[in-house]
Amino acid sequence: MIYIDSHDMAGWWTLVIALQVVFITTYYLWSKKRTRSHVLRSNEKPIEWNPKPLVEYDVEVEEPLIMGTLNENVLNFGSTSFLSLDKNETIIDSALKAMEKYGVGSCGPRGFYGTIDVHLELEERLAKFLEVEETCVYSYGFSTIASAIPSYAKRKDIVFVDECVWFAIQKGLDASRSKICYFKHNDMNDLERQLLEASEKKELNSRRRAFLIVEAIYLNTGKMCPLVRAVELARKFKLRIILDESLSIGVLGKHGRGITEYLNIPRDEIDLIVGSLEHSFATIGGFCAGTHFIVEHQRLSGLGYCFSASLPPMLTQAAISALDILEEKPSIIEELNDRSKMMNKALAKLDHYRYSGDEISPIKHVYLKDDLTDRLKHSYLRNIAAYCFEKGVAFAVSAYLRDVEHNCPEPSIRLVASRKIDNENLNLICTLLETAYIEVGPKPDLQPVQ
Amino acid sequence: MAAKKNGFVDIGDGDSLKTTKKSYEQDEKLINGKIKDRKNGYMKSTQSNGSTPKMTQVEGGGLPKIDWSKYDTFPGSFEKCSLLTAVLTHVGLYVLMFLGFVNQLIFKPKAATEKNREGYAPLYDPFEQFFSRYVYRRVRHCFNRPICSAPGAEVVLKEWESTDHNWTFKFTGVERRCVNLGSYNYLGFAGGEGAEGGCARAVADAVRRYGMAQGSSRAELGTTPLHLELERAVADFLGVEDAIVFGMGFATNTLSIPGLIGPGTLVLSDENNHASLILGLRLSRATVRVFRHNDVRHAEELARAALAERRWANVLLVVEGVYSMEGSVAALEGLVALKQALGLHLYVDEAHSVGALGSTGRGALQRCRVLAAHVDVLMGTFTKSFRAAGGYIAGPRRLVQWLRAHGHAHGYAHSMSCGVAAQVLAAVRALDAAPGRARVRALAQNTAYFRRRLRELGVVTFGHDDSPVVPMLVYTFSKMAATVERLTRAGVATVGVGFPATPLNMARIRFCLSASHTREQLDRCLLAVEQVADELGLRYSRRRPLAEPRPS
Repeated sequence: MIYIDSHDMAGWWTLVIALQVVFITTYYLWSKKRTRSHVLRSNEKPIEWNPKPLVEYDVEVEEPLIMGTLNENVLNFGSTSFLSLDKNETIIDSALKAMEKYGVGSCGPRGFYGTIDVHLELEERLAKFLEVEETCVYSYGFSTIASAIPSYAKRKDIVFVDECVWFAIQKGLDASRSKICYFKHNDMNDLERQLLEASEKKELNSRRRAFLIVEAIYLNTGKMCPLVRAVELARKFKLRIILDESLSIGVLGKHGRGITEYLNIPRDEIDLIVGSLEHSFATIGGFCAGTHFIVEHQRLSGLGYCFSASLPPMLTQAAISALDILEEKPSIIEELNDRSKMMNKALAKLDHYRYSGDEISPIKHVYLKDDLTDRLKHSYLRNIAAYCFEKGVAFAVSAYLRDVEHNCPEPSIRLVASRKIDNENLNLICTLLETAYIEVGPKPDLQPVQ
Repeated sequence: MAAKKNGFVDIGDGDSLKTTKKSYEQDEKLINGKIKDRKNGYMKSTQSNGSTPKMTQVEGGGLPKIDWSKYDTFPGSFEKCSLLTAVLTHVGLYVLMFLGFVNQLIFKPKAATEKNREGYAPLYDPFEQFFSRYVYRRVRHCFNRPICSAPGAEVVLKEWESTDHNWTFKFTGVERRCVNLGSYNYLGFAGGEGAEGGCARAVADAVRRYGMAQGSSRAELGTTPLHLELERAVADFLGVEDAIVFGMGFATNTLSIPGLIGPGTLVLSDENNHASLILGLRLSRATVRVFRHNDVRHAEELARAALAERRWANVLLVVEGVYSMEGSVAALEGLVALKQALGLHLYVDEAHSVGALGSTGRGALQRCRVLAAHVDVLMGTFTKSFRAAGGYIAGPRRLVQWLRAHGHAHGYAHSMSCGVAAQVLAAVRALDAAPGRARVRALAQNTAYFRRRLRELGVVTFGHDDSPVVPMLVYTFSKMAATVERLTRAGVATVGVGFPATPLNMARIRFCLSASHTREQLDRCLLAVEQVADELGLRYSRRRPLAEPRPS
């Protein structure tokens, strides 16, 4: 490819010499490649080849709890539909109407006739709702941030990231192949220390893109990010911020616009906001929001945007209808925040468990207090969840890939506060958790064998 | 060592690798000294230079020979363009770039610029930005065109216009009904209003029963009986033991491959593999070498060289059933023979072929007369033929269980929407009934007819005669835009593909056929193509007008 740089036009002679160098090097490398390519051959010696099978042994898979098999009234404390819009009649009606008009699938990526007018409407509505210039809609929550990160951060860049970010961010970082510096969870002093170190070592300079990636509410801990301080540091050290608001859109702020509204941070301080439609909006998909300059880039280089079929129109319509409800009745956000606070109060009374999660966060993690290995804790928690499921309460034991996670969190039950729960439910789950602990939890007198 | 520096974990310290230290070091030097992994995480093979594979090493190593004449290894028809065309295409592109360059110097771009970020490193690569502003922008109106109907046999486009040379677009309010040769609606399930009563009812019932989405991953609380039923149905459909389904087709590859393989595996990947496979392989940190498109002999050469290196735990061939940009069908018969002779593994991505190929829609495997048991991993999507969303991986129970335990999607990505699952289930079942089989036959007939007529027109088409993806080569960027414009005006919605999705001088128009196209609609399209070909001079083919069915 030719490289054009308007500021640095080469002189005539420089060009001639450069061309000569290029030709000679190409020829040299090319001829060398030719001669070397046969060195690797086996030279008649027998090859010992015992290929490993792709899958070497059978694995036991934990059977997931199957929803919808027990009666319909199972209390669901694990699904992240915070605003309880997943079975909302108006949403379902409008989504089904869209399905009748457009069918289910979109039969193409966004570039190739997969852009249906509902996609444009959703993008426009989301942009208006979040008060940003532009948004783009992805067809899967996981792929949104995992594609957004590598479309900006490249091999030579440096990324500062909280050590407790969820798995999709870690995969996005893997794909970007940038230099990654993890700082301690929510510890802005540690971040500052690392930034100072990096700038001393000249790792931060005006030629190298630097990013800061944080989550507004951490899926893995339920804690909120101290974003004010993070923004200050980012401005000081010239970092661009990518903020994952998956769990805070529709949850934080008076209108549900997320952590920027809640902490009163100007929207343009954040370079890219990434959100998911799979939580508050109770459908499938995700979106990126920001200035036109930033978001437009993804339409050509976000892999999950360009190369994947677009979001099915009925799910898109469901998101639009959810947005309608949110804009019409912002009071549901306050309701949700109340429930989150109520849940914290209830969980504080638990005897056998610890919990983590900010007051206002709808995600809480409940851990076993016992001092056991992670594997044991996980299996005990699964027993507890299965016990509760039989009693009509569904809990999600966080599923982590223990050996793939960067910093695998402690096994926990991920509790979700949603708008539909009340004090009675909370008391019920607390007593249920306690009985489950006594029935199927770890026994203090029995030493675990392992 | 280049391999370590670039984030690839050093391999060879696994206990199962019975290599002497000496040979290992030697190999390391030879192979990894030459890695070119700037592009897509690929390590280019060291053998990629030979013009014809020389089987000098066939005798060596005691590995069985393969008699290729016994198998169908036809890679698809890829007519070479004349030197003149190639030169003109390149010159055309350079002129385009030069004009863009001048444009950039003289006029202030109307593109958005960044605010409040002085002193920050530039966010984008300057060339990338130049390309998208001054080259891609000229043809921008051909892409991303919004539609406002179901993507059935016909589709309604929203007309737009630009008064400022494609910087911005405005909708004119006019809607244009076109024959749809752009969507992946191979089996015609995207019939539009009222055309799929059975499916629509199933979807509505599922949504009302389970809600729009489960709000949880499959391993947590996202599994419903519907998902289990779907997995069973897909496995039965493909004739394998088990299957696992995912909510997004792209994610099926990117989230499963890293769970399946890791450093120590050598992947031989077709050069035209889809971005999702490339990303999945990159995330898996396996070593990747690329073989020439659909060239089993080149794959064999690479595999033999790899075995001679004696340092790989296993070797995986990754191919697609139908290549969406080339219109070619993987030479599966040859690949299976190669795999069995040398003890390799085979991963087939049937995104475009499942439902669309084979006498009863079982995909490329059925078409190539290959048993599902001979392929290690069968992957496919529901987006195309089944007109839904998501994907599956099918195979032996052991593999599927492994993916449930180690794949990334099962535990982290939210489960497939129940409405979508119901649609897939209905479509899969419909394929086993008479009307469904009729769809598969209709698609095959449409494909054969359309391809034959295009050949008669004298335009260059790529791929196999029975592939429903038909790329028509126009070579230059500008001709691609002009063709798409004219075809749209004539009422034919198609897709133009150019750099970076294809090589620089290989811009093409892609037609995707559907079972629901009538002969009359196809004739209308062909007439339009003929007119455009005359006007723009697209009759590049130097083959005789009606050549024998399969020249090689």
